[in-house]
Amino acid sequence: MEGVGLTEYLVVAGILFVSGVVCMATKRNAIGVLMGVELVLNGANVNFVAFSRYTKLGLDGQVISLFVIVLAAAEAAVALAIALNFYNNHLTIDVDRGDELKG
Amino acid sequence: MDPQTYQSTGEMLRNLLTLAWLLPLAGFVLEVFAGYWSHRLSRAAAYSAVFCIAAGFVCSFAALMYWGHQTHWSALESHASPADHHDVLKYFSGTYYTLAEFGKLRIAIDYHIDSLTLVMFTMVTLIATMIHIFAIGYMSDELTEHYEDHQVHTAHGHFHRPGRFYMFFAYLSLFSFSMLGLVLAGNVFQVFVFWELVGVCSYFLIGFYFERKSASTAANKAFIMNRVGDFGFLIGLMILWTWFGTFQFNERVESDANGRDVVMPGLFDMLRDDHGNVTVLPANDHDSYARVFLADPGHSGALKHEGHKEGKTMPYFLLVVAGLGIFAGCVGKSAQFPLQTWLPDAMEGPTPVSALVHSATMVAAGVYLAGRFYPMFLPEVLLTIAYVGCITLFMAATIAVVATDIKRVLAYSTISQLGYMMLGIGVGGWTAGLFHLITHAFFKSLMFLCSGSVIHGCHHEQEMPKMGGLIRKMPITAYTMLVGVIAICGLAIPGISIFGIKIAFSGYHSKDAIIATAMTFSQLNGSHFLLFVVPLLGAGITAFYMFRLWFYTFIGQPRDHHVYDHAHESPVVMWAPLIVLSFFAAFVAFKGEAGSLFKLLLDTEPASVAHGLHDVGLAGDLNFPSHVGIEENHKAAGLYALLVAVMGTTLAYLFYGARVLNPAEVKRQFAGVHNFLVEKWQFDILYDAAFVRPVHVIAKWFVAFDRNVLDGFLHATARTAVSIATLDRRFDETVVDGLVNLVGNVTYDAGRSLRYVQTGRLRQYVMFIVLGVVGIWIVMRLFAA
Repeated sequence: MEGVGLTEYLVVAGILFVSGVVCMATKRNAIGVLMGVELVLNGANVNFVAFSRYTKLGLDGQVISLFVIVLAAAEAAVALAIALNFYNNHLTIDVDRGDELKG
Repeated sequence: MDPQTYQSTGEMLRNLLTLAWLLPLAGFVLEVFAGYWSHRLSRAAAYSAVFCIAAGFVCSFAALMYWGHQTHWSALESHASPADHHDVLKYFSGTYYTLAEFGKLRIAIDYHIDSLTLVMFTMVTLIATMIHIFAIGYMSDELTEHYEDHQVHTAHGHFHRPGRFYMFFAYLSLFSFSMLGLVLAGNVFQVFVFWELVGVCSYFLIGFYFERKSASTAANKAFIMNRVGDFGFLIGLMILWTWFGTFQFNERVESDANGRDVVMPGLFDMLRDDHGNVTVLPANDHDSYARVFLADPGHSGALKHEGHKEGKTMPYFLLVVAGLGIFAGCVGKSAQFPLQTWLPDAMEGPTPVSALVHSATMVAAGVYLAGRFYPMFLPEVLLTIAYVGCITLFMAATIAVVATDIKRVLAYSTISQLGYMMLGIGVGGWTAGLFHLITHAFFKSLMFLCSGSVIHGCHHEQEMPKMGGLIRKMPITAYTMLVGVIAICGLAIPGISIFGIKIAFSGYHSKDAIIATAMTFSQLNGSHFLLFVVPLLGAGITAFYMFRLWFYTFIGQPRDHHVYDHAHESPVVMWAPLIVLSFFAAFVAFKGEAGSLFKLLLDTEPASVAHGLHDVGLAGDLNFPSHVGIEENHKAAGLYALLVAVMGTTLAYLFYGARVLNPAEVKRQFAGVHNFLVEKWQFDILYDAAFVRPVHVIAKWFVAFDRNVLDGFLHATARTAVSIATLDRRFDETVVDGLVNLVGNVTYDAGRSLRYVQTGRLRQYVMFIVLGVVGIWIVMRLFAA
């Protein structure tokens, strides 16, 4: 039986990524959107780690995925602060209500 | 006189005359700025003017007395002949202020004081004082806020304006200052400056009633006619400046850089030697012109002549031209032929002005300058002066015979008498000419003031045919006028004398002196006999027209009862000056040529005059009489002149006094001559045709040229500019603006269409991103393959 290869990892990452995008595109709740973003980022992380294991990328892929995790944490902190402010102003976190700047 | 006394005397005289000169200027400033403060009824301006000029008179008279005292009245000694003591300096000169210095050339404000200056100062200030006082009365109708000028008609009746009493006195003061400056001037350039100043004062005063067209025209005419003469003056100045390098009359001592005294020669010192002779170098093979020797120690490398005197030469004819040029200025100012036409028109000014400016002083300035500049005149120039004077005196006298305006008769009489003075100077009677200048100033100012009194008394009626019999209404005016008339006619009682003094008024003596000189001159130069005959005839005509005026005005039955009934004697402020002036008119030349006035003038006489000149001039055929020669003819000349004057007087009496002869009859018989004279020898018509009309025609041509050519060119240029500008504007509006607007519109439209994409829905944006990424992926797949 063949072991688990790069393709399987990429498939899992693709599923994660697509799930994240679909989550971002369908959720009206700001927190849900943020969750979608986390999924997308983690999909990318799986890709990096898989490439570092199976290609010549080496440790670089794992370092980048660590950076992405740090960035995701920072992004989440900022985004949650935005969400809090958004709630203060609109008494809801429905992102469709934030359309004051539309053309 | 030792040098120290000489210097202190000079300073004293300078101080006194400077004070007399500058006081009227101070008065002028005061009157112009403060003459009218609150209301126009104040006579303060008049009082300040009178005070200034009267104080000037006191200073001048004091200066004359002081000068006499310091010189021990040596001028009045009976044997005083200028040639006998020519080593004594008889003049005081110096510099007030140097205006400019160009190497050796310099222009300065100088003074030159000799007996002529002193006499002129005293005469001018005395007459001016009298006329100022007279004017207080004469001009009193200007003392109002609403002066009504009856001779200016507007759409609403007569013209009304505020009175200009103070302005009149300000002008008079300015005039006095200018006239005194002219007399005091120590160089000919300064003379020219004050010459123009008196000219401009004359212009203001003639045009005092400038709302009247006649007055403003007369003022312009006087000014323009004088410009013609002054042009000659300027040419003369240029020649003198070029060849002599100085304008100074007499020598001037100056310290050089080493502190040594250097004598800078004046004009007269350069041309004439100590005996008053001119050195003429005749034309020779090397030189086609005759030349005149100019002594000039200031120039190095010059030729030596006559006992180590250094100098240079100048062409003879240029000096003649210079003399004629200066004389042209005198012709303009003294209203001599052919520039005489302005003076009668100048009578548009108020009568005190006619008395002061246009008879006694300013017009005499021409004669004064001719006298002052006498040493610069070569024999040919003197002959010209004599003939000009001769023509003038005859022409003006004939016109005066037919004039009916009382002031115009006096104006023509003035021209005629000025002609006598010029003639006197021209025939070598230097003292006679200036003697007549002084006496004439007194009796003519007297007569003008009398005419002013008549005009004032008759409510501004000037036509003699409307007067008559006024002696009953205004006796003082009539009798003082009679004194003036007798003085100008030169009447005397022959044969009888009290204590050796002839019973005669001033005019007799001075006119006698001129006619005696003219007679001697014509004896010496047979071909110029007219220079004696004409003035003799003129004396008769003078007597005729002056007595005609007096009889016409004061004697007989009143011709116009309206005028006569309203006539009245003038107030005391007007007749008192008449009395004073009539005294001087009668006695200023007391004792004639043995009297003090003549002796005073004789003291200044140039050295060349006393002994006469023989065979002078370029042709060498001119002779000028000496004092001795004139003395021989004096009795005969006096008798002839008196005879002619008595004939003239008798004729006037027969026509206008006794009315035995009818003037209208004579007028009808000689209608042609009468018209010719009434038209003033047609000079106005001639000048109108010769100068005024052509100027108008040429002016019209220039107007047409301006209108058609110059304006056309300008308009074409303007039109081209406008059309180019229009095109440029269109280009700007379409091309440049179009491009800018296109860019703007495109940007705007793009932004406008893209704004619909900005929906503000987060989820939609995510969808766009996804679709975009997919789209990009598809495109890449398609093209990468």
